[in-house]
Amino acid sequence: MPGTHSIDADGMNGTKRSRTIAAGLLLALQASILMMVFSISAVAQEGLPSAKSGFEAKLEYCKTCHGLSGQGYLGYFPMPRLAGQQPEYIEAQLKAFIERRRTNPIMFNVAHVLSPSMISALANHFHHLNPPPFGGAPRSALATGKRIYDEGLPESNVPACSACHGAGGHGQNEIPRLAGQLYPYMIGQLAGWSKERGQGTAVDTSAIMAPTAHNLTRPQIEAVAAYVSTLQ
Amino acid sequence: MYEARKLGIMKRIGLKLAILAMVASTVPAAADDRAAVRNCTWCHGAEAQGYTVAPRLAGQRPQYIMSQIQSFHEHTRDNPFSRQYMWNAVATLSQYDVRDLANYFASIRPKPANDGDSALAAKGKRIFMQGIPEANVVSCYACHGPDGEGVRDIPRLGGLAYFYVKGRLEQWGQGYHSTAGSPMPLVASHLGPEEIEALASYLSFVR
Repeated sequence: MPGTHSIDADGMNGTKRSRTIAAGLLLALQASILMMVFSISAVAQEGLPSAKSGFEAKLEYCKTCHGLSGQGYLGYFPMPRLAGQQPEYIEAQLKAFIERRRTNPIMFNVAHVLSPSMISALANHFHHLNPPPFGGAPRSALATGKRIYDEGLPESNVPACSACHGAGGHGQNEIPRLAGQLYPYMIGQLAGWSKERGQGTAVDTSAIMAPTAHNLTRPQIEAVAAYVSTLQ
Repeated sequence: MYEARKLGIMKRIGLKLAILAMVASTVPAAADDRAAVRNCTWCHGAEAQGYTVAPRLAGQRPQYIMSQIQSFHEHTRDNPFSRQYMWNAVATLSQYDVRDLANYFASIRPKPANDGDSALAAKGKRIFMQGIPEANVVSCYACHGPDGEGVRDIPRLGGLAYFYVKGRLEQWGQGYHSTAGSPMPLVASHLGPEEIEALASYLSFVR
């Protein structure tokens, strides 16, 4: 305002001067409060309670059930090993839970609150863990399991598992690692493949395994499950 | 020489048979007459359905009972009542006593305590089944089963008393320990007082 400017230039009377000082103090106070607020939020973002713990807390949540080193756990249900798992597979399965292509009420609840960046970070973390296998499978059918895994069962139209999952069972891309997977989890998945996976769509990649899982007998499933559970 | 050895073997077999017969006769039928069981029932109730702070043992998973007795014995389960009562109570039990007691209590039909707040039961059931994924609270059902029936050494929770479940959930957050390797301290650390009350209420009504 030109009027104010001219008065400033001419010098102010006492009342105006004190009002200006008061306004300046008020501004300074507001600025310092704002600075405090910003510095507090900066602390929170770098870390202690909210931001750092977003990933750490979620990781801890996953590991409550899947084991502190991702080695898997036996609850009422077997919780699969995630350690060393292919990140693309973990991401694809979490997406399948959310879209209900893979039926699992527990994992639907778990997965539907995860952001895409959180899913990638978790998948990457578990991929780099390498604890020893959980163990506990019977050893009597290991040789049979190895034969099925390495060579398949041509007479039953079962291809060699190793052809896709690799000789050591480490998987690749969307094809999962099987090495060290829990014995009861493997049995549950192979025995109930089409009841759990590939629901409501013809384009789910899990359809690839459906005929193979179907063509395995129960003892053959148990043998393969026992064998892969021992792989490092 | 040969005859004497044969006699010795026969004597030993006879002794084993006699011991087996004694064990077989005491385990299923007469277990509740034994001093060890009588001592348990002072606090856990005559039918082992629990009494005030002492939890129900009836219908509990035998492997869980054994693992907890072990943890009292090794002083790893260290909440105040465990220290005050259970550390001494299990001190002189043999491994056979422990197994027999676990099987005996597991065989008794459990009754629900029904002592929670029924207004909180629906909320408790939701947490039990689904967890609170946004707050990193895991689903109880994944390990304890759909009706909290437990499996192997994972305890049955369905029908346990409100105060007992509430106390255990609070104690993990307060830094007390139980069996080594249990995920429960981690699980319970994410539960607030309202969630604990809802869970303990719901579970008290589960059959």
